[in-house]
Amino acid sequence: MNVWLWALAALATLLLAAYALRAAGRAATAGAPAFRDMTFAVAFGYVLAAAALAGGVWLWVQPGAVFFRWAVQFFAMATAAAFLFRLAGRHVGTEATRKAFRQMPLTAAFGLLTILLYAVTAIFADILAPYGQSEVVGAVNMLPGGDPATGGDPAHPLGTDQIGRDLMSRLIYGAQNTVGIAFATTCIAFFLGGSLGFLAATIGGWLDNLLARAVDVLMAIPSLIFALLLMTIASAWAGNQQWQLTLYMVIIIAVIDSTRVFRLARAVGQSIVVMDYIEAAKLRGEGLGYLIFREILPNATAPLLAEFGLRFCFVFLTIAALSFLGVGIQPPLADWGTMVRDLAQFINFAAFSPLAAALPLMAAGAIALLTVAVNFVVDWMLHRSSGLKD
Amino acid sequence: MSAPVGQGDFTSGDTARRKDVPNVFAIILQRLLLGLLTLFVVSIIIFAAVNMLPGDFAQVILGQGATPEATEAIRRDLGLDRPVVLRYFEWLGGALQGDLGRSFAQANFASFVGADAAGGTTVLQQIAPRFANTMFLAGVTAAIAVPFAVGLGILAALYRNTVFDKGTNVFALTSISSPEFFLAYVLILFLAVLNPILPSLSNIYAGMSLGERLERSLLPALTLTLVVTAHMMRMTRAAIINLLASPYIEMARLKGMTPMRVIVRHALPNALAPIINVIAINLAYLITGVVVVEVVFVYPGIGQLFVDAVKTRDIPVVQACCLIFAAAYIVLNLVADILSILSNPRLRHPR
Repeated sequence: MNVWLWALAALATLLLAAYALRAAGRAATAGAPAFRDMTFAVAFGYVLAAAALAGGVWLWVQPGAVFFRWAVQFFAMATAAAFLFRLAGRHVGTEATRKAFRQMPLTAAFGLLTILLYAVTAIFADILAPYGQSEVVGAVNMLPGGDPATGGDPAHPLGTDQIGRDLMSRLIYGAQNTVGIAFATTCIAFFLGGSLGFLAATIGGWLDNLLARAVDVLMAIPSLIFALLLMTIASAWAGNQQWQLTLYMVIIIAVIDSTRVFRLARAVGQSIVVMDYIEAAKLRGEGLGYLIFREILPNATAPLLAEFGLRFCFVFLTIAALSFLGVGIQPPLADWGTMVRDLAQFINFAAFSPLAAALPLMAAGAIALLTVAVNFVVDWMLHRSSGLKD
Repeated sequence: MSAPVGQGDFTSGDTARRKDVPNVFAIILQRLLLGLLTLFVVSIIIFAAVNMLPGDFAQVILGQGATPEATEAIRRDLGLDRPVVLRYFEWLGGALQGDLGRSFAQANFASFVGADAAGGTTVLQQIAPRFANTMFLAGVTAAIAVPFAVGLGILAALYRNTVFDKGTNVFALTSISSPEFFLAYVLILFLAVLNPILPSLSNIYAGMSLGERLERSLLPALTLTLVVTAHMMRMTRAAIINLLASPYIEMARLKGMTPMRVIVRHALPNALAPIINVIAINLAYLITGVVVVEVVFVYPGIGQLFVDAVKTRDIPVVQACCLIFAAAYIVLNLVADILSILSNPRLRHPR
């Protein structure tokens, strides 16, 4: 109950301070419009923001608030990096890209930069990682930091895991495996759903009806539940072949997600098919392939590209969730979801060794960061293409 | 059943037009039947998927050391020598009467300790308490998330294009695109490990007092709140902002009403339809999100049971959980559909 009393007292103080701020502002400026027309809620907002800022500064100087300092430092560095990236983009490149960078909000610049970094890490993981992903390199040494004084090993900055594999290498390889598999799955889902959707939209008739009803039924089962059900069966099919299970997972998730792509592709295709230029092409006697690839596809790029980003996020999160639950990407491959599950217990040591507790959060954060980045970029793209200015 | 309303057919009399407008109850009945049909087809899919297993249940139960005699005996016990269609209808009939079969793991255990296999627990006995727990968690989450999201959405619409609005937007995008387990572990780190305010393990058992149950399930509920809030908040904001350009809002503003009053008294009631719709859809999403969160917090709900059954290949439990999840999902989507039809008369007319 004491907590509630404190909260109530703090709220009352803030309300009083807001009232005082407005009154003081009015008195000091002799009723300048900015203060005269200020509603109480806005004054309260200013006071609240100031209180939050003061609280943040107070927290920063507390010795125990390591994670808060890390979060603030990361946020500041990310903002600075995004700003510099946008600045560079405004001066380097073709006229079109420079124009895009000039109109870009900071969040989208951050998203683009992050996606680029992930792509580089994933492609050059073999060069960047100091050790192999399943290579047992030494004694089990869970102490990260690489400082010999605290028992760390300088050769392994993040320590080694339960069976002595270098954690830093595994994090880097995780980019290749987790992101790579998610990307491949999304591409398959897009190929399947996109082509069937356009086909249904162009041909219409019974094929359209059949496919649409089938997709409706498949979409009535929540995707993670359906994926888990099918993975049960796949695990029986695969037997002890771990790589086969991963392959089945890719196919299963691709098929489940292709239903969502199908819906969008069909809807977009249907709105394009009724256009005059399609009619003209049909009258010219063009074939189905020409219609789909030369007439419909170029006009459906913008929504499909945005959908690709969002779909990638969903696939990526589904794969991470499956791996976290232990039925996704299988052991010899390093993967972030599995790493989170294996390292999760270290969170309990946060008070003694913040760096050890940060390990599972780093793997989980790597997943979160990429999805957030993709979402920022997609948000900006949608905003730009729709021309929405609330 | 509903004849299309003639576009621009203004010459027909009032009575004729009224006949064309389908009855609300007819539409709702149609949706209900459609939902029932979907559920039926989904149950076929689930059953068919399980029957795609290599070999059959008998081999799955016995594992690698299956002798032909034992396999044959179990096959006879479970009635696997009969045709698939017959077995499907038996399973469906059983499920409708609340008989979801027997868990393999439990049957194994029963035969191991020498007890009569029939004395083991049924799937229903396993699921029922866990189902109640999951519903409790979903209820707590909804009770926190819905007011929070709608309030935040109203504030974001009120102070649109300010720092507050942009900050909320970034927060919403971040929390919607993070995996559930990331949010869960961040919350555990700050609220359970560094500042021991809430317990990080939600071990709930029967006979616990309500206050204790609430305390134990608060951390998973907060995680789920973060997951579902973003979508609801953004939809609330968008729905309200959509209305702000309407003439009647302009009128209210010109009368000299405060912006808050304009939004709460005039815009919100008309924006309620899309908001209710998105709330129902997000509650349906909760059904999926609950699986991962229950595993993280070791919450004894149906999601955890499902994941355990998937890992041990306990087919009857997997089947039953899948059916329950799908049914809950379909029902909530149906509710969203019906509520939006009830609250928005325009949807009653086929276009």
